[in-house]
Amino acid sequence: MAVSVDEAVSAAPARDHTPPARRFGGRGRPALEVVLLTVLAVVMLFPVLWMIETSIKDNRDVYAIPAKFFDFNVTLDHFKDVFVAPDGGRSALSVSFLNSVVVAGVSTVLATVLGVPAAWAYSRFTLKAKKDQLFFILSTRFMPPVVVVIPIFLMYRQVGLIDSKLGLILIYAAFNVPFTIWMMKGFVDEVPAEYEDAAMLDGYTRLQAFWKFTLPLLVPGIAATAVFALIFSWNEFVFAIFLTSSDEVRTAPPAIAGLIGGTTVDWGLVAAASVVFALPVLVFAYLVRKHLVAGVTLGAVRR
Amino acid sequence: MGTVAVDGLRKSFGKVQALDGVTLDVPDGSFFVVLGPSGAGKTTTLRAIAGLDRLDAGSVHLDGRDATGDAPAARDLAMVFQNYALYPRRTAYENIASPLRARRCSASEIAAAVERMSSLLHIERLLQRRPAQLSGGEMQRVALARALVRSPRAFLMDEPLTNLDLKLRVEMRTELTRIHRSLGATFVYVTNDQVEALSMADQVAVLKEGKVQQVGTPTEVYERPANQWVAGFVGSPPISLLACRAEGDRLIGAGGWTLPRPRWTTAQDGRALLLGLRAEDLSIEQRGDASLSGELYGLEPLGDRTVVDVLVGTEVLKVKARPTVTGTPGERLQVTVDLDRAHLFDAETGLSLSAAGR
Repeated sequence: MAVSVDEAVSAAPARDHTPPARRFGGRGRPALEVVLLTVLAVVMLFPVLWMIETSIKDNRDVYAIPAKFFDFNVTLDHFKDVFVAPDGGRSALSVSFLNSVVVAGVSTVLATVLGVPAAWAYSRFTLKAKKDQLFFILSTRFMPPVVVVIPIFLMYRQVGLIDSKLGLILIYAAFNVPFTIWMMKGFVDEVPAEYEDAAMLDGYTRLQAFWKFTLPLLVPGIAATAVFALIFSWNEFVFAIFLTSSDEVRTAPPAIAGLIGGTTVDWGLVAAASVVFALPVLVFAYLVRKHLVAGVTLGAVRR
Repeated sequence: MGTVAVDGLRKSFGKVQALDGVTLDVPDGSFFVVLGPSGAGKTTTLRAIAGLDRLDAGSVHLDGRDATGDAPAARDLAMVFQNYALYPRRTAYENIASPLRARRCSASEIAAAVERMSSLLHIERLLQRRPAQLSGGEMQRVALARALVRSPRAFLMDEPLTNLDLKLRVEMRTELTRIHRSLGATFVYVTNDQVEALSMADQVAVLKEGKVQQVGTPTEVYERPANQWVAGFVGSPPISLLACRAEGDRLIGAGGWTLPRPRWTTAQDGRALLLGLRAEDLSIEQRGDASLSGELYGLEPLGDRTVVDVLVGTEVLKVKARPTVTGTPGERLQVTVDLDRAHLFDAETGLSLSAAGR
């Protein structure tokens, strides 16, 4: 009795026309392809599923051997622990989440505020060695950021930016400005300069023309660029762990990593903290997904 | 008042010299057309007047005052762009109101001015639409309204009719001329369409490769082109140019023909010349003492007339004829030349060799 009525009926002569052999997602997809895609999906999704599962598992079930996939006790204690300290006060993790929000938010705003006008200038004005300048700006992203951790550390120690949110904000903004300039320049190039010309002849200054006429047209691009900058700052780990040490300053990625180590690891807490950490970016990216697609396909790619 | 004078404008884009010493004098209240092929520097000239581009050299005087370094807003000019440049997020009303808003006019003033303009250009029912909801002709009129809503020193128009279909273009041509007359304002109008230039202009400046070739009334430019290039650019069908030289009282063609030497020319004997003959100054129907013999090469019926291509030697003459004319290619023809209306150019320098006072 494994065959449902639908399947039994649809196997009848009604289907004697041959379906397109390789329609996307169609029945003609070779079995091998399905198997490979399934394996890939499992490999990609398993850590995420396991993280979510662990975050709602009872502590006993977390450490159970053999591992329990389905029949475990559901609890939200780990999530409570993420935000509330054992003594009832605010937990160190919740402080670090707040720090992450502040650092990622402010650095993104800073990079956008600096990068968008710069992109506009690079798009609109004839500058000496413009291409060289743009290449130089891009070249700051060629190296892996790790390379400059030690020099930055030494410099920050000199100027007293070690273990401060301002220090992290500045370094993230510095990494995001080149990216913002390049991505935004693509968007500005798409907006005809004539709008500004017309506005200037209407009687506006050049800056007013940019502010009132071009900037509103750039909003989708700014949204897309800011999301990418935000994700970078939110996820950044290396600088955060090198440049901060105290719980009051530390952002979430090093704070979560700090849970691992010592004699026992509270995996439930780690998983719950990771879920909480991943959610904002997912939600945010989902909200601006329309702009993201437009941004990736329209702005950054030159026609 | 509204005089525009530019002197010695120079501007290069990389290796391209867009403007190479352009000097123009636009009198107050005139309809001044800058005519030239694409890439001649017409738009660059207009943008220089508007102050949108930085110049390499030269000066711009508005109403006799040096405005070379002034910001566009300070120049008190209005411009219609080739692609209209209507603000996409704003309605037609807001577009037209923009110059007044920038100058902080009161809401009632703005409403009155926009209403006046929209009735002048018949766009009352379009005012709440956005540019994307307008057709090319409608956008053009909104762009025109945005320029005309103020009374600036001068209006700058950058090929405003190019993107319109032929019927609308002819209509708008008349309309613009009418508006110009009723406003009495100074218009600087850029086009590559010689028909527009000849039909609308008080003064035409012909531009080529960033250099002014000739400035004059449409009649002067057409009847007395300063050089071979202007003669070829202005006029349709294009002027026919025949290589020849003057000897004694005759013109001897490279193709073997001879014509009486025109009295008005300053050409020296033996110099390589080009004889310029416009289609309407040639005839295959009338008889005269100056004529060329050739053979029929082809017919171009244009409805109101037929252009007859006649092969003289190795060169093709375009002759205007009645629409009823017929013939078969290869047929022998006599082309009568109105030598009093012909042009002679130095083949090397291209300069006109017609005596000035002809």
